[in-house]
Amino acid sequence: MDRDTLRAFLRDMLLARAFEEAAAEQYTKGNIAGFLHLYPGEEAVAVGVIHATEPSDYVVSTYREHVHALVRGTPPRQVMAELFGRRDGISRGMGGSMHLFDRERRFMGGYAIVGETYPVAIGVGYAIAMRGLPEVAICFFGDGAVNQGTFHESLNMAALWRLPVLFVCENNHYQIGTEIHRHSAVTEVFRRAAAYDIPAERVDGMDVFKVHEVTSRMLREIRTGGGPRLVECETYRLRGHSMADPGSYRPQIEVRAYASTDPVSMAVRETVPAYPSHEQLTVVGKDAIHHATEHGLGAGHLDSAEVDGIKSEVQQLVQEAVEFAQQSPDPEMADAWQCLHVNRRNESLT
Amino acid sequence: MAKEDIFYWQALNRALDAEMAGDDSVFILGEDVGLYGGSYRVTEGLYAKYGPLRVRDTPISETSFTGLGVGAAMTGMRPVVEIMTINFALLALDPLVNMAAKIPFMSGGQFPMPLVVRMPGGVAKQLGAQHSQRLEHTLMNVPGLRIAVPATPQDAYWQLRQAIASDDPIILIEHDLLYFSKGALDVEAVPLPMHRAAVCRAGRDVTLVSYSRNVELCLRAAQQLADERIEAEVIDLRSLSPIDWETCVTSVEKTHRLIVVEEDCRFAGAGAEVAATLSERCFFSLDAPAKRVAALDIPTPFNGSLESASIPTVKDVISAAQQLCSVADPGVKP
Ligand SMILES: Cc1ncc(C[n+]2csc(CCOP(=O)(O)OP(=O)(O)O)c2C)c(N)n1
Repeated sequence: MDRDTLRAFLRDMLLARAFEEAAAEQYTKGNIAGFLHLYPGEEAVAVGVIHATEPSDYVVSTYREHVHALVRGTPPRQVMAELFGRRDGISRGMGGSMHLFDRERRFMGGYAIVGETYPVAIGVGYAIAMRGLPEVAICFFGDGAVNQGTFHESLNMAALWRLPVLFVCENNHYQIGTEIHRHSAVTEVFRRAAAYDIPAERVDGMDVFKVHEVTSRMLREIRTGGGPRLVECETYRLRGHSMADPGSYRPQIEVRAYASTDPVSMAVRETVPAYPSHEQLTVVGKDAIHHATEHGLGAGHLDSAEVDGIKSEVQQLVQEAVEFAQQSPDPEMADAWQCLHVNRRNESLT
Repeated sequence: MAKEDIFYWQALNRALDAEMAGDDSVFILGEDVGLYGGSYRVTEGLYAKYGPLRVRDTPISETSFTGLGVGAAMTGMRPVVEIMTINFALLALDPLVNMAAKIPFMSGGQFPMPLVVRMPGGVAKQLGAQHSQRLEHTLMNVPGLRIAVPATPQDAYWQLRQAIASDDPIILIEHDLLYFSKGALDVEAVPLPMHRAAVCRAGRDVTLVSYSRNVELCLRAAQQLADERIEAEVIDLRSLSPIDWETCVTSVEKTHRLIVVEEDCRFAGAGAEVAATLSERCFFSLDAPAKRVAALDIPTPFNGSLESASIPTVKDVISAAQQLCSVADPGVKP
């Protein structure tokens, strides 16, 4: 791992964390409304995966997609303005938190219906295959989404036609408030890919280096005609499912046990409901950012002044994004009609 | 020149062939569209000509292969998805309603959606309740989707070509019983805009607004009404979203009477929208409230005679017109 890569990973993870914390704050202040699903805790997945992609690849995402867009390169100000519903948002205020789209960066959208990302991704993959290009469609989905019919339909087609699609499961162990052992008969998601003969692996989704290494390899295999791959990243979200969810269904003990699947901790999960704090999780040392920072410092790639420097850089960027969003005007109804009729080059059909 | 009588399915087939020959980004996918040639022969010969990448047989996965079309359209391909019947399109409502119709809008206009979804719809012959539905109303209520309902080989040809060329997501509902109906096709004629309604027969006493297979019903009714000195004007809507209100309004302002004829169930069906809007727009021209001739609000019975009794007949249209004309103007003798 070279120093610049490490620095880039850390910078993007810190940006992601700062951005999401700022979004939470703006939500509390009433500047952001609606559903807001935040990503703290899962940064290593977005950063590890998206840093392995090329600009010519496509990313298809879910409603928890702010960080996917940010790491892909969408300016924070345009993401924040979209969360505010403003005209300068990346989707012109028509999409909101759950529907970020960035055509320029081949960011094919955030989708609010669980299970929608697979068909879109295999469609992009099909188009790539027809054109014979060395591109890949990256398809993000959660552990809860693997029980949707489209998972099976789309994996079948992807495998059948050897489509260039990388399926990335962000297994944060929860489908809103339902823990994976209570929603899935097979909790090791990667094993399901075997049903379609798709090579799959599980990685520690708290380790940005591992995630990056495995996805880089898989992307190479896909580009050289190997067909689809699936990677399951085991991760954890530090906040509730959305801002509307305090996460009270999660037991304290889980702080120490969340990576484990043994029956004892399972039993305890059922009986001691209390949501772990950010600090508690950090202490455990599983927080991806904490982990990467420790690694950088320990291996002598970074010094703490440098880390502080990155932190203040991203803080400033996020602060600027919030100000930009605040100043951006609301879109007008005419903008909405224009977005609806954009395909007709705004010819009205009467 | 070039006018010939062909089957409706052949007209669709020619439209696909012409578009595929002209543009590499056009491709077809659906169950049995390839090797088998399509349940109604619409894709016959195309697999041999264009190969399996461009004419793709899919598994029975309506949600995902329709969604695949959405994803491909986002990258600039021009997919034509065939869903075996409109009944199975219920499984594809998510990609149609939540994706195809919404992505151009939700992306702030960044992504066009040059997607065409074709499907037979309507009551055929004794296929039972799960294979005999008219779900146009379900799709009409979705802003962002366009719906074409070609009634003739000529329109099938024009509208499919126009749909493929358009950047809007467009659904073609083709009636099961029209595939093997014959009509003239002139491939060189200048096409009407896809959404423009057509006046198929001029008249002065009553306007019959219809679409798809029921246009033929209305024309037959109009023929018989003429013998009774009731001159019916027949309008083929051709498009259910958007609807060409101007053509309808002009007609109603001339005839002062309106009957909407549809195979859709009456309650909250497509005709309800037509009747309500034209009642608003033509209130001062109408001599009587608009009438609807529609299917009964019942799942289609399997039994043949009950099935026929559940959907409009020529007789139903005639008696509605007689009634309306005598109520509204006793001067016109039924
Ligand atoms: C089809 C559908 N059903 C239900 C929901 C409501 N819902 C939103 S998020 C969610 C949980 C999804 O969990 P997962 O896929 O694990 O993703 P995570 O939120 O953990 O990132 C549910 C049930 C939805 N959006 N779409």
